[in-house]
Amino acid sequence: MARKPRVKVPSSAKKGDVIQIKTLAPHKMETGQRKNKKGKKIPRFIINKLEVTFNGKPLVTADLHPAISANPYFAFFNRVTESGSFKFVWTDDKGKSITTSKSIKVA
Amino acid sequence: MKYRTLYICTALLGFGLVVSCTPIVEEMTEVEKRAADPRNKTHMVGDKASGYVYMTSQTRDMQDDDIANPAFTWIDLAEEKWSKVEGKAGKSCASCHQDVNKAMKGVANKYPQYDPESKKLIALQVKINRERTKRMGAKPWKWESDQMLGMAALVKLQSRGMPVNVKIDGPAKPFFEKGKEFYNQRRGLLDMACANCHVDNAGNMARSNVLSQGMINGFPVYRLKWQKPGSVHRRFIGCNKQVRATPYKRGSEEYTNLELFLMWRASGLNWETPAVRN
Ligand code: HEC
Ligand code: HEC
Repeated sequence: MARKPRVKVPSSAKKGDVIQIKTLAPHKMETGQRKNKKGKKIPRFIINKLEVTFNGKPLVTADLHPAISANPYFAFFNRVTESGSFKFVWTDDKGKSITTSKSIKVA
Repeated sequence: MKYRTLYICTALLGFGLVVSCTPIVEEMTEVEKRAADPRNKTHMVGDKASGYVYMTSQTRDMQDDDIANPAFTWIDLAEEKWSKVEGKAGKSCASCHQDVNKAMKGVANKYPQYDPESKKLIALQVKINRERTKRMGAKPWKWESDQMLGMAALVKLQSRGMPVNVKIDGPAKPFFEKGKEFYNQRRGLLDMACANCHVDNAGNMARSNVLSQGMINGFPVYRLKWQKPGSVHRRFIGCNKQVRATPYKRGSEEYTNLELFLMWRASGLNWETPAVRN
């Protein structure tokens, strides 16, 4: 069992409302600057991209860099006009991604 | 060797300053400002203050939002574990306890607890492992493992907002007294007791840190320095090492007794597990 991302999206909203979306992905975000006990560099290993889409259309894309803390948190606003599903994809340096979705009812 | 000597000297200097100098006026007003902040109201009682009030507003923001607080990814994991069947008995925690919210409400105040079997105090972590080994026939978890940190936090979360209130009488009394003695005893190369920092100098600076009262009501805490949650025994190890004293082991008698004393010290403050600290 691995830790999973946390995402908060309101389950419903009125058409035209501005909603806040909050996300947090579990990751140690190893910067590549640290050394282990033997003095050897610990290789960089971070989430380098967050991509958020709504009903398949791009909403937010962010490039992440080594100075970002472990378990990176992102929050943003969006004006909603239709019901649908937000998809969140975090991709790390090894090309592995974690994905989660949340749907919203807009009336 | 040279490196080590240098290190000790800076430490001595750093903490020496705290002990011998009068506090810097500007730092004090900053702390007082924090204490006057309405957000801190539920984190203070009488002259007791949770570590929360000594944190920057950004760190407090993280604690106040269960999505921004990364500790909740460990708690989510524990929630899955709560209803996952493991071990020879074919049971999960939920098989016997059902809903964690109801079953574990107030339990944070019951540990460390006197255990007639071992005739010692046991911490919550020990109880959780007993549930796993004796009732489920499953493997115990390591003290500082993701599973144990998550489960201890999940259990204590059910007491969030309730005041700390622990039993220190009856058979727990002698252990409480030992914990109190530990707290006030000077130790290590710097010859300092817990109380020298967290009672005598709370609010003053120790190197780049503002010393808090060293309260226990947020544990396991997500610490920015650790980039993960940690047990209060891990914190004790850190605080012992800071004064160049040999630390004890997690789950040791010494630390479990000390934990009970700290629980009593925090009486009346609200539980805020999982807190966020720097
Ligand atoms: C040299 C000073 C010093 C001594 C002695 C010391 N500590 Fe600490 N302690 C710190 C610092 C610095 C921190 C981090 C900032 C803060 O919360 O005070 C800390 C933090 C803590 C915390 C975390 C508080 C929170 O809100 O999360 C606890 C609990 C604690 N100490 C307990 C102890 C105990 C028990 C002892 C004795 C074994 C002890 N400390 C001895 C300096 C000290
Ligand atoms: C076979 C049934 C069973 C299973 C499985 C079980 N428990 Fe329990 N547990 C009990 C009973 C009965 C008690 C009350 C008696 C006691 O305190 O030992 C209890 C007590 C506890 C307590 C102390 C509560 C208090 O009020 O002091 C905790 C904490 C606890 N269980 C956690 C867990 C966790 C976590 C798991 C899963 C890892 C678990 N239990 C699995 C039956 C079970």
